[in-house]
Amino acid sequence: MPKDHGIGASSKRREDVRFLTGKGNYTADITLYGQTYAAFARSNVAHAKIKSIDTSAAEAMPGVLAVFTGADFADVGGNPAGWLIQSRNGETMKEPKRPVLAHGEVCHVGDAYAAVIAETVAQARNAVEALVVDFEELPAVVDMADAVADNSKRARTELTDNICFDWGWIEDNRAAVDAAFASAPHVTTLELVNNRLVPNAMEPRASIGVYDASTEDYKLYTTSQNPHLTRLLVAAFVMGIPEHKLNVIAPDVGGGFGSKIYHYGEEALVLAAAKRIGRPVKWVADRTESFLSDAHGRDHVTKIQLACEKDGTFLAVRTETLANVGAYLSNFSTATPTFLHGTLMAGPYKTPLVYVNVKAVFTNTAPVDAYRGAGRPEATYSLERVIDMAARELNLDPWEVRRKNLITTDMFPYTTPVALQYDTGNYQATLDKLIELSDKAGFEARAAESAKRGKMRGLGLSTWIEACGIAPSALVGALGARVGLFDAATVRVNPTGNISVMVGAHSHGQGHETVFAQVVSSMLGIPEANIDIVHGDTAKIPFGMGSYGSRSLAVCGTAMTKAVDKIIAKGKKIAAHMLEASEGDIEFADGKFSVAGTDKAKTFGEIAFSAYVPHNYPLETLEPGLEETAFYDPANFTYPAGAYSCEVEVDPDTGKVEIMAFTCADDFGNVMNPMIVNGQVHGGVAQGIGQALLENTSYDGNGQLVTASYMDYAMPRADDLPNYTVDHSCNTPCTHNPLGVKGCGEAGAIGSPPAVVNAVIDALARAGKPVKHIDMPLSPARVWAAMNA
Amino acid sequence: MYAFEIERPSTIGDAASALGHDGAQALGGGQTLIPTLKQRLAAPEKLISLTAIPEMQGVCIGDAGEVCIGGATTHATVARETAKSYPALSGLASHIGDPAVRNRGTIGGSLANNDPSACYPAAALGSGATIVTNTRKIAADDYFQGMFTTALEPGEIITEVRFPVPQKANYQKFVQPASRFALVGVFVAKYADGVRVAVTGASEDGVFRWDAAEAALSRDFSAAAIEGLTASATNLISDLHGTPAYRAHLIKVLTKRAVMAAA
Repeated sequence: MPKDHGIGASSKRREDVRFLTGKGNYTADITLYGQTYAAFARSNVAHAKIKSIDTSAAEAMPGVLAVFTGADFADVGGNPAGWLIQSRNGETMKEPKRPVLAHGEVCHVGDAYAAVIAETVAQARNAVEALVVDFEELPAVVDMADAVADNSKRARTELTDNICFDWGWIEDNRAAVDAAFASAPHVTTLELVNNRLVPNAMEPRASIGVYDASTEDYKLYTTSQNPHLTRLLVAAFVMGIPEHKLNVIAPDVGGGFGSKIYHYGEEALVLAAAKRIGRPVKWVADRTESFLSDAHGRDHVTKIQLACEKDGTFLAVRTETLANVGAYLSNFSTATPTFLHGTLMAGPYKTPLVYVNVKAVFTNTAPVDAYRGAGRPEATYSLERVIDMAARELNLDPWEVRRKNLITTDMFPYTTPVALQYDTGNYQATLDKLIELSDKAGFEARAAESAKRGKMRGLGLSTWIEACGIAPSALVGALGARVGLFDAATVRVNPTGNISVMVGAHSHGQGHETVFAQVVSSMLGIPEANIDIVHGDTAKIPFGMGSYGSRSLAVCGTAMTKAVDKIIAKGKKIAAHMLEASEGDIEFADGKFSVAGTDKAKTFGEIAFSAYVPHNYPLETLEPGLEETAFYDPANFTYPAGAYSCEVEVDPDTGKVEIMAFTCADDFGNVMNPMIVNGQVHGGVAQGIGQALLENTSYDGNGQLVTASYMDYAMPRADDLPNYTVDHSCNTPCTHNPLGVKGCGEAGAIGSPPAVVNAVIDALARAGKPVKHIDMPLSPARVWAAMNA
Repeated sequence: MYAFEIERPSTIGDAASALGHDGAQALGGGQTLIPTLKQRLAAPEKLISLTAIPEMQGVCIGDAGEVCIGGATTHATVARETAKSYPALSGLASHIGDPAVRNRGTIGGSLANNDPSACYPAAALGSGATIVTNTRKIAADDYFQGMFTTALEPGEIITEVRFPVPQKANYQKFVQPASRFALVGVFVAKYADGVRVAVTGASEDGVFRWDAAEAALSRDFSAAAIEGLTASATNLISDLHGTPAYRAHLIKVLTKRAVMAAA
C-alpha cells in the first residue's frame, strides 16, 4: 500500500493548482503603480566598435522618460564569473569585464548597448529604433578551432588571444596517463561535438526595478533561480548598493534549467532606471531576446580517448576539450566545463587513470553557461560514446564492457582519479534492473519484427553518474569558487501550531512547496496542509544559494531538517516543564511529546501555543517562541547514478529516428515523492532526447544566430517522445545527509543523450551500415547522410 | 508590433476597394502576417481582413464536380468538409500546423503567401486547381511563380480555389523538425488524362512539378514505375535541415509513398 502522505508519498503538487488555473504570479504578471517599461537596443552584428550612439531623436520620442547607454555604467562594476580557474601554467583565467550595457564594443548579436525607458512598451521599442548607433565592424570569432588557431581575430579587443584558460585535471596525472596510452593494447579515439543548446524556459526572463527615495531601498522582482545570489552580485559586485538596501524577489518562475541562475545586465538596468526616473521600471524579454541573450548551454568540441585491454578492461581515459564561453563570462561559465565536467570523467567506472584538458574559448556569441546537468552531460556523453565505440572495435558486448568496469559495492567510499569521493552506490543493481525493465532479452525478437516492417531497430545504453547537491564550501572554495555553497532554512511555528518554512532553495517548477512540506510533516507528525513553504524573497527567507545542480533537497532540505530538529529539541524542553518530567525522558513521535513509559503527553499544538503564551513556561532558562534557523554546509557532493536504455527504429529511406522505448533505472537515494521524481526524470529525458535528436544552435560564419526562433530551433514536442519506464527502486541512501537523498533534477538530461545516440549507431550497425559516430542532433538529414556516406 | 488600423469588409467588392489604397494589406488568417508584425518586420498602415466575407467561406461542389473552396476558408474547415469529396486534400489540410493554426489559417492566405514549404501549393499545383480571384481565373500552372511569388496583382484577392477531383491522390509530407513545415512534401494525383506530381518544400523556386515522375506514373501508376528515376538536386534548398541531395532523395521516397498510399 503506497503511502498517502509524508515522506515517500506521491502527494499531489499543491503549486499546480495555481499554475494550472492561471493564478500563478510571475514577474510579468506584476503591475506596480506608476510602472514604466524598458526596451533594449541589441547589436545586430557579432562584433563592432561602438563609435557613437546618438540618443537625441530617441529622447524626443513620445512617452520616453530616459535613455541609457554603456557610458552610464562605465563607473560601476562588471558582472563577475563565479569561479576563478587556474591554467596549467599557473596563470589565472582571463576575465574581461561584463558591463551592464556594452560600452566601447558590442561582442555578440543580441548584446545590449542601450536601453530606453518609456510609458509603454511600444513607445520604448519605437524609441529604440530611433537610436542612431555608428558601429565599426570588427572581425567575428565564431568557430572555436579558428579562435584558438588564429590570435589575429579576437572576440574582445582587450584580449591578446581567445583562450580564457587552459585547464588540466589532474595535471600531476598527465604523465602517467600518457604512459598508459603508450603501452595500451587498444586505444579508441573519438572526436565529437556536444551541441550548443538554447535553454528555452517557458517563461522568458523578466525584471522590475523599484526604488524608494525616502528610504533608499531598492526592490528587484526578477526571474531568478537564486535571489540571494542575485542580490549579492547586483549589490556588491555591480551596482555598489548596500546589500541590506536591496530586496530581491523571485516570485513564480516558469522554468530555468540553469539559465536563470545568473545575474544579467537587464536586472541592474531596471534598478538604475527606477532610481533615475523615480518610478518602477519593467522589462519582459520577448522570445527573440531569449534566444539571443539568455546564457546558452553545452557547446563543447572534444577529443576523447579510451585505453583498454583487449577484454575491455579500462586502463586510462584522456580528453581534450574546447569549451565555448561566448563573449562574456557568465557566472558559472568557468565552473561548468571544469569542476562540473572534468571531475566526472571517471564515470561510475574503476578506470585507474584519467586526465582532462579543457580550453575555454571566447567567441562572439552569447554567453554559455550551466544548462540542466551542467558539465556532467558533456562528461557522460563523451565517456559513454567512447565506451560504446571501444566495445564495437573490440567486438565486445557494450553492456558487459560496462559491467566489467563498474565500481563494485565493496569499493565504497571510492576515490576517483579525478578527485571525487563517491560515498555509496550500487551500479550493478541499476544495470541489472535496466536489463530487466528494458526487456533486453526480447530485443532480438522486436528487431526482427521491425525489420519485417522495413525499419532498423537498435538498442543503446548508458551507465552514468553525476555529482549533485553542489556544495561543500571548503571544497568549492579550494577549487576557485568565489561564494560558499551551503544553504539555510527557518522553521517558524505559529502559536496555533501551523508552520511557515522559509527556505533558501528556489522552486521554479520542481515542486518544493509540496515535497518540503511532506518532509516537515513526517518529522513533526502534523498534516502537510498545515505547512507552507516560503521561498524566493530575500526579505522573507534567512539566506540561500538557490536551486541548481540538483541541490535543493540534499542541501537546503537538510538545513530544513536541522531546523526542525531544533524545534523538536526546544519542544522537548517546553514539554518537560509542562509535564514536570526531566528533558531526557521526553520522547517525540507522531506529533506528541510524551514522558517515556507513561501516558502523559502534550501535542505539538499545545507546545506551540505554550511557546507563544508562556504562562506555564520555563522563562528563566528558555526563550519564548518557536522558530529555528539552520544553515547547512554538506561534507561532500551526492552521487546519483543509474543506467538508461533507449530503443529506436530508424527509417532507412529517410534517416528518421523514432524512439520506441526509453527505460531509466535510477539511484537517487531515498525518494521523498515518487511522482515528482518521475516527473523530474521525464522532463530531463525529454531535454536529453531534444539534445540528441532535435536541438541545434547554429551561428553562421558572421556570428548571426541562424536558429533564433522555433521555425529553425527544434524543441522536443510530446509526439517526439515515448512513454518512459522509470524506476528508482535500487536506492543506496546518501551517507552524509539525514534524509539520505541525492538529487534527481538533472539525471534525465545527463543519462539520456548517449543512450539515444548509442541506440542509433546500434541500429545502423545491425543493418550492415557501420557508422562510427554521428554528431548530435541526429536529425534525419544527418543520419541519412551518415548511412549513405 | 507597430500601430495599424484594421477593416473587416463583408463583401469582396468592399475588400477590393479597401485594398486599393496605399498602405493597405490583406489579412487572411494571419498565421504568417501576424507573427511578422509582432516582430516589427512589416508596418502596414491598414489591414483589410478577409475573414468576414460570407461568399469567401466554405466548401461546395461545382457544376463540373470540382471541389470549390472559399478563399477565406480555414484549414480545419477544409479538412472536415472535404473528407469525403477529396480525401487527399482533407488529409493535407488536417496536418497543417497545429489545431490553433488550422482554425485560423486560410487556404487563400496560404496560396497568396506561397511559402516554399507550405502544403497547399502542392495540392493546388498537383490537382491542376484554378485560383479564382476577384478579377479573373488563374490556372495553378500559371499561378506559382517562385518562392513567395505568385501571379496575383497588388490588391487582387483569392476568392475561391477549385480543385478537380482525381481518381486517386495522396500527399506525403516529411516535416522539417523545428517548424514542421514540409522539408519536402509531394502531392500525387491521378486523373483520367494523366498523373500530376507536385513538390513543395524542396526548391529555391517554390512548388514545382516533377515532370519525369508524372510521365512514368502516367504510363504505370505504381511505385515501381519511378524506381529508376532520380530527382534532380539542382536548385534545391540547402539549409540546416537538409542538403539538396537529401531533399532530392526525399522527393523520390515521398513520391513512391504517395503512389502506394493512393493506389
